[in-house]
Amino acid sequence: MSDGDGAPGNDGGQFDRLPATSEDREVPGRATREEVLDWWDDRFGIPPETFDDYSFWEKGKGKIWCFRGEAPDPVDVEGLGMTFLRTRQEHWKPATNAVQRFGRGASKNVVELSGEPASRFARGEDQEHDWDGDWGYVIAAHDLAGDLEPMGVGLYVYGELRSTVPKGRQEDLPEL
Amino acid sequence: MNPLDRYDDLVPGYEAFREACDRPLPSVVRVNTIKTTVERAREALDAEGVGYEPTDWHDGLLRFDDHSPGTNWPYFHGWLHGQEEVSALPALALDPRPGERVLDACAAPGSKTSQLAALMDDTGTLVGNDNNLGRLSALRHNAERLGVTNLAVTRQDARNYSLKPMQMDAFDRVLVDAPCSCEGTCRKNPDVLDQWTMDHVQGLIGVQKGILRRAVQMTREGGTVVYSTCTFAPEENEAVVDYVLDAEDCRVVDRDLPLQTDPGVTDWDGETFDASLTDTHRVYPHRNDTGGFYCATLEVGA
Repeated sequence: MSDGDGAPGNDGGQFDRLPATSEDREVPGRATREEVLDWWDDRFGIPPETFDDYSFWEKGKGKIWCFRGEAPDPVDVEGLGMTFLRTRQEHWKPATNAVQRFGRGASKNVVELSGEPASRFARGEDQEHDWDGDWGYVIAAHDLAGDLEPMGVGLYVYGELRSTVPKGRQEDLPEL
Repeated sequence: MNPLDRYDDLVPGYEAFREACDRPLPSVVRVNTIKTTVERAREALDAEGVGYEPTDWHDGLLRFDDHSPGTNWPYFHGWLHGQEEVSALPALALDPRPGERVLDACAAPGSKTSQLAALMDDTGTLVGNDNNLGRLSALRHNAERLGVTNLAVTRQDARNYSLKPMQMDAFDRVLVDAPCSCEGTCRKNPDVLDQWTMDHVQGLIGVQKGILRRAVQMTREGGTVVYSTCTFAPEENEAVVDYVLDAEDCRVVDRDLPLQTDPGVTDWDGETFDASLTDTHRVYPHRNDTGGFYCATLEVGA
């Protein structure tokens, strides 16, 4: 195995399935399936069984993908399911698209925005926000068509909600 | 010369056809049922005051009143995807089922791929292939925005596609939405007619035949292959399918499609094609006020 994108033993050119638990871990620093499920459960209260049909893969340094189909391990392809989570850094960060896809199942660390604050978040702007919750990555959500819908990932620190919506997904949208 | 002049004797209602080709196309979106329902997407558009009309043949396709509606909240959430109305046909013809193994051989930028994923309820294994890295990046971006999770993306020449990377024996269904001369997109991009040459068409035919042959070879017995293009040229449509009917073990299936279509042609420019080609579908712009299209459904080894 080559060093790929810099993580020892992690080949940045292929997708490797995450080990089930730390006892199965062969590549140092690689997240395990158990850790990934625990993280979504601890941080957002998304039940682990949400992901029963999914496998998790690492390609590149700490980029985790979730995939619902069948694939051999390792597999040399251009993409496998969707990008899901960034690990190998102090604070793990969920991907915007993963939060839009799975964030409806969250029961904590969800910041509800209405009207102009929701539009500002979609534009990628940071904003003051009074919120009595944990610092760190949160799911920003708003009411759409009669239900709460996750918009993306926010970073809540020092009374400020920072939008991490990637440039290519930012939009200037009207206040609902 | 306008290449459409070639079809004077081929297209019924030729004058109306030419007039339709000169009109711009309405802006159409497909509702992405991986992330929402048609009902909820419509509710969200209503809340935002975006005007639209559902198409009469597919409740998940909405025509916007304004030609350029810009973006809106449901789009931001990946509930909608801009897709030319008629390009929703081949995925319906392929009719993939949840849990199956499906290949989209020429997948980028991914409108049809993500539609296939939705038809599969985002289950099974969908492989989206393209040979161009830039186009693959568009495919991945679109698939992620729409929340597709059953898709593996490969970069290969579809003419000699290898099943090895995914370690599969065969696919249940393969879509070949082949690179073509794009005459049928003239309502969206009139430049395609100015740039059209017979040399270009001749160059495409070899690629189209190669990809369709390989698609049939990779499909299990009884499986389905759909061949589609957005062009009217019989050289790129019936002639390609006719060639593969001879070269590989497959036959044309008579599949009902929800749009008004015209039968495939069986003779063109001195050549005669298999009689079953009448069961393939030509979509003309004046029939349903859409772009132009061609779609053939094949059953393998039966």
